Amino acid sequence: MANKPREKFDNAFVEWIDSRLPIFTMVQKEYGVFPTPKNFNYFWNFGAIAMVMLTIMIVTGITLAMHYSPNSGLAFDSVERIMRDVNYGWLLRYIHANGASFFFIAVYIHIFRGLYYGSYKRPRELLWMFGVLIFLLMMATAFMGYVLPWGQMSFWGAQVITSFFSAIPLVGDDIVVWLRGGFSIDNPTLTRFYALHYLLPFVIVGVVVLHVWALHVTGSNNPLGIEPKGPQDTLPFNPYYTIKDSFGLVVFMVIYAIFVFFMPNILGHPDNYIPADPLVTPAHIVPEWYFLPFYAILRAFTFGVNIPLAIGLLIVGAAMAPLFTNRSKEEISLRMMGILFAVAGIFLAIGYFSQYQMESGSTMIMSGWWISKAFIDAKLCGVLAMFGSIAILFVLPFMDSHPVRSARFRPWFKIGVLLLVLDFFVLMVCGAKPAEGFWVPLSQVTMLYYMGFFIFGIPFLSKFEPVKELPESIHMAVMADKRKAQKKAGV
Amino acid sequence: MTTIDETRDQEPTRRDFLYLTATAMGAVAVGTVAWPLVNQMSPAADTLALATTEVDLSPIEEGQSITVVWRGAPVFIRYRTQKEIIEARKVDVAELRDPQTDEERAQKEKWLVMVGICTHLGCVPLGQKVGDPKGDYGGWFCPCHGSHYDTAGRIRKGPAPKNLVVPPYEYTSDTLIKVG
Repeated sequence: MANKPREKFDNAFVEWIDSRLPIFTMVQKEYGVFPTPKNFNYFWNFGAIAMVMLTIMIVTGITLAMHYSPNSGLAFDSVERIMRDVNYGWLLRYIHANGASFFFIAVYIHIFRGLYYGSYKRPRELLWMFGVLIFLLMMATAFMGYVLPWGQMSFWGAQVITSFFSAIPLVGDDIVVWLRGGFSIDNPTLTRFYALHYLLPFVIVGVVVLHVWALHVTGSNNPLGIEPKGPQDTLPFNPYYTIKDSFGLVVFMVIYAIFVFFMPNILGHPDNYIPADPLVTPAHIVPEWYFLPFYAILRAFTFGVNIPLAIGLLIVGAAMAPLFTNRSKEEISLRMMGILFAVAGIFLAIGYFSQYQMESGSTMIMSGWWISKAFIDAKLCGVLAMFGSIAILFVLPFMDSHPVRSARFRPWFKIGVLLLVLDFFVLMVCGAKPAEGFWVPLSQVTMLYYMGFFIFGIPFLSKFEPVKELPESIHMAVMADKRKAQKKAGV
Repeated sequence: MTTIDETRDQEPTRRDFLYLTATAMGAVAVGTVAWPLVNQMSPAADTLALATTEVDLSPIEEGQSITVVWRGAPVFIRYRTQKEIIEARKVDVAELRDPQTDEERAQKEKWLVMVGICTHLGCVPLGQKVGDPKGDYGGWFCPCHGSHYDTAGRIRKGPAPKNLVVPPYEYTSDTLIKVG
């Protein structure tokens, strides 16, 4: 860092501070003149927007904490008091509640950006992994925050989510009791969730610092996915991107404000305005919208792993094994892979349909219990798949060895990613619907695509997607676009 | 010719011994400090103290169910009809997901006592009230993820892996039970 001598500041006070702690030099370097690719589109706004959302959540959260009572007998009423009696309490709470949703919107778009333009790839693997960690911490924080109002959805959401851990063999039930601090969700659960809900945002701030630090080592990716080669490819962060980020932020805030002021409860559930009752389950327990796709993956497992399924999965593993070796695509037999997949398909179908219960209660394929009996039960499969669907993002950078980053120059990958987005929305709808009828197979198919995209699609495309020629530099590509646009406009 | 480095590679020195013992003691110390921090989250003494509930069965009529609270969780108590008992007993136990005979689940055949928490993800199944859906097997139905339980509270259809849990309970008299 200190290989160049520090430049002096004109302002005497600033200079006095900076010569003792070079904080102004750092800000100048990292946010003033920081060389940033000049071809960013608006997708590159969402990191900054997410950071602003985090700040808003912390500020409103701390003010709400001044009025909230973390006690199962008082919590619900204290939230109602915030809504009715505390000065601007309604505003703070609505900003905070909808803020969670908008924080997730910003982060989901940010993640999509990273996926689509290959920002997770070398040399930004660690940067991406810190991002996934932030996402996980956000999910934990949001869940615990949702429990605090102690309404029906709070209580039953906590019941369902803590029950995930009971799927762990042998020690699962003990872990659940330990997490809850009792034999059911009660005051001890509420107080610990409150403590952690207050703590975790600051942990997130810490990981965000690491995330941004790693970003400033590698520099930003850009829509072309090629590295800047010199000053002609970059712009100083200020004023170019401070202004572009500010503009995007204002648009985002306008939409956020529309929700806060005109439809503050539209993203929530009316059931959460009913005080928690341990003896009555709401007719339909639904998590907040941002958890729905993962909830759908959890519920997609109406079946466990039985002997035919296990054999089928092993064959799938064998079929895919060459993709994870150093072999070139000529050395991999697609025909062999196809045959193995077809054989695996037969076993998987037997495994699945021998557990598929029809209206009559009997299974679709009648067979001995030694075929149909699942040795890894549906519940454990669901929980593993749900956590796995996020865990897989951690290893994504190491599964994708295709040399091209941006989907702009990867037509196959582009289709795969856009279908993944569609798939994610379908899963979201499935998660919101009751687990019955048509929604169950739909969630199973979409879950399969989600998993297949990462486990099979990414390594397959790494080997088989043709490598296109990339533009010479960002500058050349930008100039070519400009000429094209001018020609079109007839200039 | 042996150098100092080579002798160090071959024989553990006094310093290696000190490193090992210091690290081991350090690990013990960290564990000792960490345990109270971890264990404070387990149920406290007052939570454990509320571990039994007494129920008077005499006001319950045949075909009626009541729900009592034990350790903060609902406990279903049902005075089963003769038809329900017969249905529960004619099932081929080997076909069940969680094989248990009706006799193993009910100390007295008329009375079914079990924790009213779905073994899938902890919702309270429906079927206690007269108008409730009772599922395909005439017992209980969990609305959250669609698990069906039979008239002995055994899982028959849906995602739940286990039967509804029978809590420890004993008859203190003919019409009085103590749960817990």
